[in-house]
Amino acid sequence: MSAPIRPPTVRGRTRHHVVALTAGLLVLALVCLLSIAIGARQIPLTQVVSSLVDPGRAPEDILAIVRGLRLPRTALGLLAGAAIGLAGAVMQGLTRNPLADPGLLGVSAGAAFGIVTASAVLHLTGLYGYIWFAILGALLASAVVYLLGGVGRGGATPVKLALAGVGVTLLLGSLTSAIVLASPLALDRYRYWTAGSIAGQTSGTLLRVLPFLAVGILAALALAPALNSLALGDQVATALGRRVGLIRLGGAAAVTVLAAATVAVTGPIVFVGLVVPHLVRMITGPDYRWLLPYTLVLAPILLLTADIAGRVVARPGEIQVGVIVAFLGAPFFIALVRRRRLAEL
Amino acid sequence: MALLELSTEAGRATFRLGRGAVSGVVSVRVLVVTTVLAVATFGVFCLGVATGDYPISVTDVVPALFGVGDSGTLLVVNELRLPRVLVGLLVGAAFGISGAVFQTMTRNPLASPDMIGVIAGAQTAVVAGIVLGFGAGLGTQALGLLGALVAALAVYVLAWGRGATGYRIVLVGIGVAWMCTSATDYLIAKALPFEAQKAVGWLVGSLNERGWQHVRPIGLALAVLVPATLLLSRWLRTLQLGEAVATGLGTHVARAQLALLVTAVGLAAFGTAAAGPILFVALIAPQIAQRLAAVAAPPLLVSALTGSLIVLTGDLIARHVLPDDHLPVGVVTGVLGAPVLLWLLARANRTGSGG
Repeated sequence: MSAPIRPPTVRGRTRHHVVALTAGLLVLALVCLLSIAIGARQIPLTQVVSSLVDPGRAPEDILAIVRGLRLPRTALGLLAGAAIGLAGAVMQGLTRNPLADPGLLGVSAGAAFGIVTASAVLHLTGLYGYIWFAILGALLASAVVYLLGGVGRGGATPVKLALAGVGVTLLLGSLTSAIVLASPLALDRYRYWTAGSIAGQTSGTLLRVLPFLAVGILAALALAPALNSLALGDQVATALGRRVGLIRLGGAAAVTVLAAATVAVTGPIVFVGLVVPHLVRMITGPDYRWLLPYTLVLAPILLLTADIAGRVVARPGEIQVGVIVAFLGAPFFIALVRRRRLAEL
Repeated sequence: MALLELSTEAGRATFRLGRGAVSGVVSVRVLVVTTVLAVATFGVFCLGVATGDYPISVTDVVPALFGVGDSGTLLVVNELRLPRVLVGLLVGAAFGISGAVFQTMTRNPLASPDMIGVIAGAQTAVVAGIVLGFGAGLGTQALGLLGALVAALAVYVLAWGRGATGYRIVLVGIGVAWMCTSATDYLIAKALPFEAQKAVGWLVGSLNERGWQHVRPIGLALAVLVPATLLLSRWLRTLQLGEAVATGLGTHVARAQLALLVTAVGLAAFGTAAAGPILFVALIAPQIAQRLAAVAAPPLLVSALTGSLIVLTGDLIARHVLPDDHLPVGVVTGVLGAPVLLWLLARANRTGSGG
């Protein structure tokens, strides 16, 4: 981006953002089509479109692949990317810490603990039952974090929240390790989950987490103006008439719902939530009213691209998207850090 | 002029030796906390030596440490118990100091050596060794050390340019750590079940089956790195005021950060190589120490003692609770350390001094 010579007018900036967001949406649509087309069996783009638009005319086998496998996977990638990216951006705003990610409130650790408990203690072997335990674990863990971080004077300040998150994460992590070491069944479930993957889920799973994600995304977007005030510091935000405690509580609830529902299904792919908001800040600056919509578009692009790459690299097998995201995202992140100082929060 | 001048006010004692060549301020509270922690650590150390299949009374342990006792006791103490407990003591101290340096330097209570990729590098190297079967001759210790140092070097090279500032090193380190962690996750997901079991077992951190060959490297490393870190702590005290203030006070910030990073990374690397990543000690020991000592930044020696105490107590509990199961110490330190941290947090919140 070239530096503007004069500060653009508000209307000019809005038009610029709308154009950029539309372009982003088009790219996202293209990535979605590619995600449906590319895999162990290649499907031409024309057939992808025809089997989506006009299912009657498409061949039976291609319809089965598109509708049964690729479409749920792509939809999950779309939702998971949007949710985890948004959760990361809100988390960074709430804690005013550029290193915060959605896992900070103990969500990943809680979900992992829920999964291994369900497998080891309750001998739950069903394919989908563990998702509810993961969501439950994640919600409980972050509720405890929020309660502990909010005790005492000043309510839930960023440092107290972060420390409480670390404490709960480490407690649950140790218990998870203990269970996993004792129970081979739990270890098997845990190790496939923890690599992070959006494959192998049906549209049924998707429908189960969809309400959580929809509520979370709407709540997060509604928080944008409040996050802008919070960025000025708790005292200034209070002076501006914001109810800081209420914003933190609402934000934490939104982040938790988004991250819990996503992480339960896909495994901890929280790196998306750390990186994408930083990338977006380079485009939009610190204004959360633009930062959040951009994140909503960019994060799924990153996640789906990584998922496609995972299918192409190790053909005919595949590499989990969590691994690819880290290997794609981390060098990018490092280059970003090297090139310029990351935007301070 | 008196040889030693002492004056106390507001809980702090100032002292001056000779003609003012050596002077300083000592907080009475820090002194008391240090003494109590040292005594407690020694007590747990002795209990650790006494505990095991072949029972030795605690009263026999202390003479046995100095080579007095019957030959059976001496054999058990010297060959079986002492190396294990010593590894615990040294590893705890190494992680404690390393974490304290990271947290003070970055002024971030969440910073720790496992965040900037050092421990993640060691994990990837060891797990790759287990799963892919290379470097078996090297042993996990050498592999872990190698992985940690390669990761640290990578972080420093990647963060280099116009002076690698602490902030940039931490951010680059997070990127490197994420790559290493996901590689480790991928390897574990790919592994055969028994390999996965072994890898996860190492990842938790354990003091089982540790001998003198584990004590020697970390002992040497601590003998060099701890005095070096203590000498550098003068810079640490200015760095904790922020880079701008530190520069204003005459500290060469880039040089100080590099020197401190080298010592902190070295401590974490040798600690991980000896006992595996007893992950959370580096994170919580400095925080607990800081709150016990009621000072503004984690104090190095108190952090070291807290780290040792956590690891040794954890190991003792692991051996008492499940004597036959070889419960890894990392599980217990987590379960033990977390509530302490949370309790300190809640207590500090009530008195209003919590951050």
